[in-house]
Amino acid sequence: MTQTKKKPDLSDLEFEKALQRLEEIVRTLEANKTTLSESLQLFEEGVKLTAHCNALLDKAEQQVSMLVKGEDGTMKPAPMLPL
Amino acid sequence: MNQTVAPETLSVSQLNAVIKAVLDTEPLLSHVMVRGELSNFKHHIQSGHLYMTLKDEKSSIRAVMFASSAKKLTFRPENGMKVIVEGRVAVFERDGQYQLYLTGMQPDGLGALHLAFEQLKKKLEEEGLFDPARKKPIPKTPLKIGVVTASTGAAVRDIIHVLNRRFSAAKVLLYPVLVQGPEAAPMIVEALAWFNREQAADLLIVGRGGGSLEDLWAFNEEIVARAIAESKIPVISAVGHETDFTIADFVADLRAPTPSAAAELAVPDSAALRQRLENVNRLMADLLLRQTSAGRIQVQTLAGHRNMQTPLRYIEDCRLTIDSLIQRVYFSQRQKLDAAHRMLGLSAGKLEALSPLSVLERGFSIAFKENKPVRSAELLSPGDALSLRFAKGGAEVLVTKTYLQSESTEKGAKYDADEKKA
Repeated sequence: MTQTKKKPDLSDLEFEKALQRLEEIVRTLEANKTTLSESLQLFEEGVKLTAHCNALLDKAEQQVSMLVKGEDGTMKPAPMLPL
Repeated sequence: MNQTVAPETLSVSQLNAVIKAVLDTEPLLSHVMVRGELSNFKHHIQSGHLYMTLKDEKSSIRAVMFASSAKKLTFRPENGMKVIVEGRVAVFERDGQYQLYLTGMQPDGLGALHLAFEQLKKKLEEEGLFDPARKKPIPKTPLKIGVVTASTGAAVRDIIHVLNRRFSAAKVLLYPVLVQGPEAAPMIVEALAWFNREQAADLLIVGRGGGSLEDLWAFNEEIVARAIAESKIPVISAVGHETDFTIADFVADLRAPTPSAAAELAVPDSAALRQRLENVNRLMADLLLRQTSAGRIQVQTLAGHRNMQTPLRYIEDCRLTIDSLIQRVYFSQRQKLDAAHRMLGLSAGKLEALSPLSVLERGFSIAFKENKPVRSAELLSPGDALSLRFAKGGAEVLVTKTYLQSESTEKGAKYDADEKKA
């Protein structure tokens, strides 16, 4: 089964990918073809994914940078003060 | 002045020179604005000069615009177009013709910019740049958003504010550009190129706040339109107010009516996402519950069996069975023992009866030869030593004579007596 992938490291999983994986898990559960223990694993993974997504959403401050032309003429991002 | 003075005879060149001098010194003609309709329009490719005739219902005048001025035109003059031209009137001495030397031209009625807009729009549309099929999908949850606009002003503030409110997970990278004036378009083009070269964003917002058509002009320039069309990163245009449409809007993958709206369109709403996550979570839990409850029903069906319901009773049943088995084993052992005892008793009686001692008591004796009982005289010869055994004691005797035919027991008895005497 494709569902039993090795445990992914969630910390730098992209939001979109996490959402996709979540939906895949739901579809798999809906298909109702997994054993109970597989379902439990999927559920556990799903709960972790939602926590990961929520953590991303919980980031309070948006990171805003402004590109500034450096001495060598290239544009470099610099933190931008709140407007 | 004397009216009778005969006129001086002039050469053609002299006449034209005089006319030219007169016209050149007439202030009214040195700078005129003229309204008319274009005809006989010719664009001289090699020189870049434009030649045309300007006319109205009753009259016409020839006009020329040199390449240096023609290059500054924001639209393409065409025959039949109503225009307002600016220039001076002068004489072309060689042909003796006066004409307009134009330094500027703009469409009459429609503004020049408006006309240029329509013309560029038509051109790009024909090239297919507005084709919905070539528009790139806007990512649902962009995590890096490039913003190309002025670093000050309402537009950037609105964009950042809305992005932060809706989806603070996204990083925002602002590429500051001028958004009006002749330098604006090249800067916007460079910013778009930079984001694409550096792959520094999932999504770009390009725009500025409201202003006049002239203010927004950079977003109607062909180079900006082409840069947006060529961008590999999806572009949301956000120029001016809702009613302002620019060429950039037509080319962009998505047009937002305002900068704030661009930010709204760019990112999902965190609250909505959270709701979606919660729904997914609940759905997962429900699905899992469905599976476990199906399992539970199976277990319950099995558990409904009598023995599963009251395990103690089952154990008791087992114990009873074991007890009865033990009883049966015990009973059968008992029987076997009893039988054995009985057999033993019988055997003891028989043994008693068979005991040779009791026979001896009755007066019989046993003869042994070399410790073996003698059953037949055949085995004996005269001179053999025998041992006799009586009920009480024994004797060692010698055989004197043997016979097979039994004579009588008396004879034997006689021998007994004889032998005793001997």
